[in-house]
Amino acid sequence: MRLFRRNPDPMGPLDYSRRLWLRAFVAVTLFFLYAPIIGLMAFSFNDSRRNVVWRGFTTDYYVKLWNNDSLMMAFANSLTIAVMTTIVSTILGALTAYVLWRYRFPGKAVYEGGMALPIVIPEICMGVAMMVFFARIGWPAGLPWPINLGSITIAHIAFAFPFAAIVIRARLESFNRELSECARDLGASEYRVFRDIVVPHMRPGLIAGALLAFTLSLDDFVITFFTAGPDTVTFPVKIYSMVRFSVTPEVNAASTVLILVTLVVTTIALWIQNRNNMIGKSAH
Amino acid sequence: MSDAPIIQIKNVSKLYGGTVKAVDGVDLEVGRGEFFALLGPSGCGKTTLLRMLAGFEVPTAGQVIIDGQDMATVQPNKRPVNMVFQSYAVFPHMSVEQNVGYGLKMERRPAKEIRERVAEALELVKLGHLGKRMPDEMSGGQRQRVALARALVKRPKVLLLDEPLSALDAKLREAMQLELVRLQKTVGITFVIVTHDQSEALSMANRIAVMNQGKVQQVAPPAELYEMPANRFVADFIGKINMIEGDSTAAGDGEVRVKAHPLGEMTLKGTATGKVALAVRPEKIFVDEKEPTDPNLIKVKGKVGEVAYFGSYSNVFFDIGLGQPLQADISNVSSDIEEYTFKAGEQYWIYWRKSDTLVLGD
Repeated sequence: MRLFRRNPDPMGPLDYSRRLWLRAFVAVTLFFLYAPIIGLMAFSFNDSRRNVVWRGFTTDYYVKLWNNDSLMMAFANSLTIAVMTTIVSTILGALTAYVLWRYRFPGKAVYEGGMALPIVIPEICMGVAMMVFFARIGWPAGLPWPINLGSITIAHIAFAFPFAAIVIRARLESFNRELSECARDLGASEYRVFRDIVVPHMRPGLIAGALLAFTLSLDDFVITFFTAGPDTVTFPVKIYSMVRFSVTPEVNAASTVLILVTLVVTTIALWIQNRNNMIGKSAH
Repeated sequence: MSDAPIIQIKNVSKLYGGTVKAVDGVDLEVGRGEFFALLGPSGCGKTTLLRMLAGFEVPTAGQVIIDGQDMATVQPNKRPVNMVFQSYAVFPHMSVEQNVGYGLKMERRPAKEIRERVAEALELVKLGHLGKRMPDEMSGGQRQRVALARALVKRPKVLLLDEPLSALDAKLREAMQLELVRLQKTVGITFVIVTHDQSEALSMANRIAVMNQGKVQQVAPPAELYEMPANRFVADFIGKINMIEGDSTAAGDGEVRVKAHPLGEMTLKGTATGKVALAVRPEKIFVDEKEPTDPNLIKVKGKVGEVAYFGSYSNVFFDIGLGQPLQADISNVSSDIEEYTFKAGEQYWIYWRKSDTLVLGD
């Protein structure tokens, strides 16, 4: 009597994709993930005021976008804020991460927790808090561009730099402390050790942190909405105000641009990181 | 000046958390051009001592003097010493040349001088052809040579080596031991090496400091350490040794009267009194079927227990009526197998010279 029958065709780990239900599951996941985005992009080329029926291909709405001064201004605002936020957040994040990794000091745990607070605080609370704060201290309005973006930039840095710090801190965990001791031993000052040995090790973390800060800032809506004045509208806030009237292909086009900017920046950052790795591996 | 020791460690202690004594009142002197080893089990304080020489640890008490200069306020990057780290610490994002040249760059040497000295240092460690390589394309042994060249190129007064061979496989380790000795003779720089491996220390160093629990137990050349250990710890830590407990009283003239079961009472050279151990190395023991008559021998009857055969010698354990057996390394001097085959249960006279017997206190 045979209690067990041997499976005539045992499956390898990759063969599970042959199962129909698993394939269907993956297909449905991908569909819900990408269909809205692809649909949004596709309908930005739709030759119709309504966003429902496909009427033919046109790039009119991109031209309209280009000629829409207030939207272009919002786009310029967003990019300016994002670039400033990225630079400051990365530097601030790197220094914070370094201090937390390198030194032991009283209240370190409190400091570390306090730093991560902006990550866990609900964004809406942060937005309201920022709005009240800037109103309370009497932040001047009506300054010339780009100084009038200051309050939004400060708010963005406040919530973006902890993300950068955490990413860079994680990278530092893999650092061999003997490397910095060795550099000291060879005659380097603390500053040279940081510049020559620690920063090169941090680089992938710096790139990832900068990227994170950039995308967080570029597409932030909630906090920006509360800190933006009438003259300092950003791209996401502008799109929101356009949607309130009606979802036109122009909105689609604007969103597509935002997606593309994010994608391009991410690709460039990944490419830089890869190229650095390649140099490290292939130079003879 | 040149006769003065290059390193003077005066009554140095290091406390962690106010109570744990990693280093406890150490006095040491290392002479110019010496190959000096700090040997001991892990946690004995040898690495802490080395790191104090490099400047990565600050002594809680005492004085570290290198080349006549008190190091108390001298930062690691200003000390006339260089270190080879246990992990080699080769900078992964720099080529071999950049790694070796880094220390000279910090000294702001002209580019031409850096190039020449780097090339010279790489020749010295036989890596002359690999200057353009990146560390991740090199083997562990090669990376260690990079670390050596990088430290030596600075022409330090003392080269510190922290367990430099522990990450290498056995064969490479042996080759590297010879290499380090050759290198030390070539450059003439004082080497201070930290190791937990006694054979490493014995084969390389001119002088060894054996440490335990933060204290220096004995400082001596390798042979003296092996043949004349200062106490039980050193005797036990270095090589194999038999110890038989006994009582000792001073008999004057550098001799002691020792009573130990089952050896009886005898007068031996030594100074330790009270509870002592009579110690003898296994290779100093002879075995015979007949009772020896020479009065300068210590003899005892024993029964063969376990035998481990090693080709050139056999490690034979004899039961002499004590808790632990007495082990003897018997050289296999004849090719007649019968002549040196020990069978369990056979009775023999076991004996050794009184002069080979050590009287060890704690």
